[in-house]
Amino acid sequence: MSNIQIASLSKTFANGTKALNGLDLNIRSGEMVALIGASGSGKSTLVRHIAGLIGSDVNAGTSINVDGRIVQAKGRIAADIRNIRRNIGVVFQQFNLVGRLSVLTNVLTGKLGQMPLLAGALGNFSLADQQVAMQALERVGIAATARQRASTLSGGQQQRAAIARALVQGAKVLIADEPIASLDPASARRVMETLVGINREDGITIIVSLHQVEYARRFCPRTIAMQAGRIVFDGPSVALTNERLTEIYGSASEELVLPDAADLNSLKAVAA
Amino acid sequence: MATLLAWSFGPSEMYKATGLITYGGNMGKYASGFLAPNFHDWKYYLEEMLVTVQTALWGTFLAAIFGMPISLLCSNNLAPIWVVQPVRRLMDAARSINELVWAVFFVVAVGLGPFAGVMAIFVNTLGVFGKLYSEAVEASDPRPVEGIRATGASKIHEILYGIIPQVMPLWISYTLYRFEANVRGATILGIVGAGGIGQVLFENVRGFYYAETAALMLMMIATVAIVDIISQQLRRIMV
Repeated sequence: MSNIQIASLSKTFANGTKALNGLDLNIRSGEMVALIGASGSGKSTLVRHIAGLIGSDVNAGTSINVDGRIVQAKGRIAADIRNIRRNIGVVFQQFNLVGRLSVLTNVLTGKLGQMPLLAGALGNFSLADQQVAMQALERVGIAATARQRASTLSGGQQQRAAIARALVQGAKVLIADEPIASLDPASARRVMETLVGINREDGITIIVSLHQVEYARRFCPRTIAMQAGRIVFDGPSVALTNERLTEIYGSASEELVLPDAADLNSLKAVAA
Repeated sequence: MATLLAWSFGPSEMYKATGLITYGGNMGKYASGFLAPNFHDWKYYLEEMLVTVQTALWGTFLAAIFGMPISLLCSNNLAPIWVVQPVRRLMDAARSINELVWAVFFVVAVGLGPFAGVMAIFVNTLGVFGKLYSEAVEASDPRPVEGIRATGASKIHEILYGIIPQVMPLWISYTLYRFEANVRGATILGIVGAGGIGQVLFENVRGFYYAETAALMLMMIATVAIVDIISQQLRRIMV
């Protein structure tokens, strides 16, 4: 069954930039897909469209469906988008946690979408919700930090807290927008392993946009490569060799490969 | 600049400046009256001083309570422009009319006494908080808000969890600063009959009781200093 369906999606920004150009895409339930592309290729724009955070250009055939529900069609975001967003967890490059709140409270905000307005406003999280949040923190390996302010955590820990928030949400689809772009290699690997874990164990569909193709090959079975708002490669990640990248992107492909051979070796060592 | 100063010289009666020297003797005599402050009525002064602080406290508190939701309405990143603009202009009006002027109106409306002072401080400070609080909201980081929004939370939840935790330290800080200013402001509200120490001060100045006036002024200085110190401590603990 197709979990995410995108049909002829285009987005032109107010300044005239065409970020997405007639994009079609189908992702099956339970897949883990990498989204590769240089800066400005449209990865983030695509991710934000799937999450219903921005609306597309008004084209007759345009639609985005997630889990059988319309997120947006013909440039109009669904009226019940709040209900749909509950099923779509989003992980951001800059984590987007609330720094002054505790890690546990940040994770609990994942439940807000399912709570009555007043209960949510008063922070009346049930004991069951708190247990779910603690379990999610244990899953991502940072349960010990639950009472700390989110701002005191390292980048990698904050990103895992953000993943825990999406887990608590009970999302069936997780969209990660450059989740490891601001992290050091060791933290990046842990975050990617966490994502792979919830993909395999919970069957959550994951789309993760990445800057470096090595991570895609290492962690994601399928890769979609983008350039100038179009899909230029869609297939098994192993087929996207460095040679193939150069074919597609020319000299711009350098940006997509880890510059340091040592980094590459460390990744392979983990794989082995 | 020189032209502006020359133009303003006559109307502001700057030509009288020579009087500062000519009548220096009179002023010295006047000032010497203040040198021996008379605290014989200190209990009464202290009572009135306390009323002044209490007036400022309630005025500031009400302004903070109402200022928080109103400031959200005048933040461009939260409310539509057709809400922001009218609310902002209203806040401008509340702020640009001095609390002493508001006090004159409220004495007429609710009668002589400290409550008129509370209302005057409330209205003026509400205008100040509407502006200061909303500037903090507009400068807040939009990313946590987007993080909350992506979970399917409502707009109210976005504000409560995404924005309020970010702006609270600033809001508290502004409120305490303003409380200090309002204690100073409240000391003169009595002049128009809106309660507190101002009334006593005005009577003593009018009656040429220099020694008593000096005592009152010293008490004001001490009170303002104490309030400043306490609010500084509070700011350190809470922010």
